[in-house]
Amino acid sequence: MPETITERGSRSGAEAASGPRTDPGAAGPAPAQEAAFEAKIAADERIEPRDWMPDAYRATLVRQIAQHAHSEIIGMQPEANWLTRAPSLRRKAILLAKVQDEAGHGLYLYSAAETLGTGRDELLDKLHAGRQKYSSIFNYPTLTWADVGAIGWLVDGAAIINQVPLCRCSYGPYARAMVRICKEESFHQRQGYELLHTLAHGTPEQHAMAQDAVDRWWWPSLMMFGPPDDESAHSAQSMAWKIKRHSNDELRQRFVDICVPQAEILGLALPDPDLKWNEERGQHDFGAIDWAEFKEVLRGNGPCNDQRLDRRRRAHEDGAWVREAAAAYAAKRALGAAGPGEAA
Amino acid sequence: MSTAPDPAAPAAPAAALALGDDALVLSHRLTEWTGHAPVLEEEVALANIALDLLGQARTLLSLVGDEDELAFRREERAFRNVQLVEQPNGDFARTIARQLYFSVYQELLYGQLAAGAGGEPAGALAPLAAKAVKEVAYHRDHAEQWTLRLGDGTGTSHARMQAGLDALWRYTGELFRPVEGLALDWAGLAAAWRETVGGVLERATLTLPEGPRGTGWSAGAGREGVHTEPFGLMLAEMQHLHRSHPGATW
Ligand SMILES: [Fe+2]
Ligand SMILES: [Fe+2]
Repeated sequence: MPETITERGSRSGAEAASGPRTDPGAAGPAPAQEAAFEAKIAADERIEPRDWMPDAYRATLVRQIAQHAHSEIIGMQPEANWLTRAPSLRRKAILLAKVQDEAGHGLYLYSAAETLGTGRDELLDKLHAGRQKYSSIFNYPTLTWADVGAIGWLVDGAAIINQVPLCRCSYGPYARAMVRICKEESFHQRQGYELLHTLAHGTPEQHAMAQDAVDRWWWPSLMMFGPPDDESAHSAQSMAWKIKRHSNDELRQRFVDICVPQAEILGLALPDPDLKWNEERGQHDFGAIDWAEFKEVLRGNGPCNDQRLDRRRRAHEDGAWVREAAAAYAAKRALGAAGPGEAA
Repeated sequence: MSTAPDPAAPAAPAAALALGDDALVLSHRLTEWTGHAPVLEEEVALANIALDLLGQARTLLSLVGDEDELAFRREERAFRNVQLVEQPNGDFARTIARQLYFSVYQELLYGQLAAGAGGEPAGALAPLAAKAVKEVAYHRDHAEQWTLRLGDGTGTSHARMQAGLDALWRYTGELFRPVEGLALDWAGLAAAWRETVGGVLERATLTLPEGPRGTGWSAGAGREGVHTEPFGLMLAEMQHLHRSHPGATW
């Protein structure tokens, strides 16, 4: 991703606040601290919030976790678009539980960022100001009910492939959050697949709906793994820090190889005439990705960028008086509890 | 296709339909909050409540017939929910007012059913009520906590909460009209409801609304299949996809 976070976190998190600090005014960390950090990384041990860590490591993690958290909450929108139109009560319950899970993922991840000293409010402000990103996949519209299935199968499926290695990420709180999240994402993937399977084996109209959804979501899903390795700005350092474990292209290839046989069982075609098994490589070859489209969407010019961000901002602004009321009420209670007189 | 409940059907299905429709419709209204909640924790909480209600609705409607036939293929006039649950969300305070009024009612109602009240026909509802009463206790607690925060929060939140309570008051009278087939202590339920809601409002520095709620038009007649205008639009959205593919499996 082209964006970098230049400012330091505010270190408002309770856990982080008690930890040792890096001092931006000082000449540099004590060599012993740096050596201890490097040794932990080399030994595959977890870095915890109280441990010393390089500023750039902290900033990289905050950027990545924030982007991930934002993706979870923005990602609720395209699916919520079908919640009120779900065609059976069973599907409605499954979809509602899924969207609720995504909100929960947002909560875990904002908490993980908090351990690095950056609070949720600050991150949300940056999201709303367009200064932090979320996954571009959510800037595509959900046009039919089958899109709910395609998102589960492909988007949650791609997310799992991206995220399973993060369960071994060097930063402890992030790795632990990812273990919980990955379990739920794999439910989402299976439910999406099952939804698509039902449509693909249903009426001709339902089958066409499923094929159309796969046609529209396939290429954007491949883009979820990020730019090709030779153009990926942050990859090398993240790999060295064991935040990232596999390259973008490696993960993309893994995804393609998993999806091809699944598409066959679904009875749906993947929209890529160049997709074929390569005996020599033992992997599938696939067609060229339209990176110009990827960059346009990333730049804010996708079909739904404005809509998603507007809705998020509006929800936040409309809810301001509620959050203020909750804070005022909590303050009154605290005052009442601390004061000499017993509150009624 | 079922359009209206069979008048010759036994009383328990009539009650299951009424209570099932309450849960179905309120669940739907709550899902409309998804992506709009004032804080992330409320996205989770409102979805949780909606999921509980949807589960209750599915159990209850299945006692009557096919849950999807009943949810997606009935006309507006065949729905038996009270008008309170179909009222649009409005702002967060209005939603909380609706939650408070309804969850206190539902907790008392399920409490009586779980305890074996209601006579012979209500017996079929006892297992559901025993499970649901625990869920509804959480819904009531959620509504109560927010009523306190909004009522005793800021001037703005107090005014909005009072406005929400006042606006929905006219729909509360209907809650205590006996549901066909349920020989419950309806007068006792109404008194307990008033005491509980009144107690919460007092602690929240709010006022129990006054005025008619059981006379003339204002009481509503949802249980007889007479609904308010926003309900038809809600059903149009909820039913359109299912109805667009007759006979399809989802
Ligand atoms: Fe998620
Ligand atoms: Fe997911």
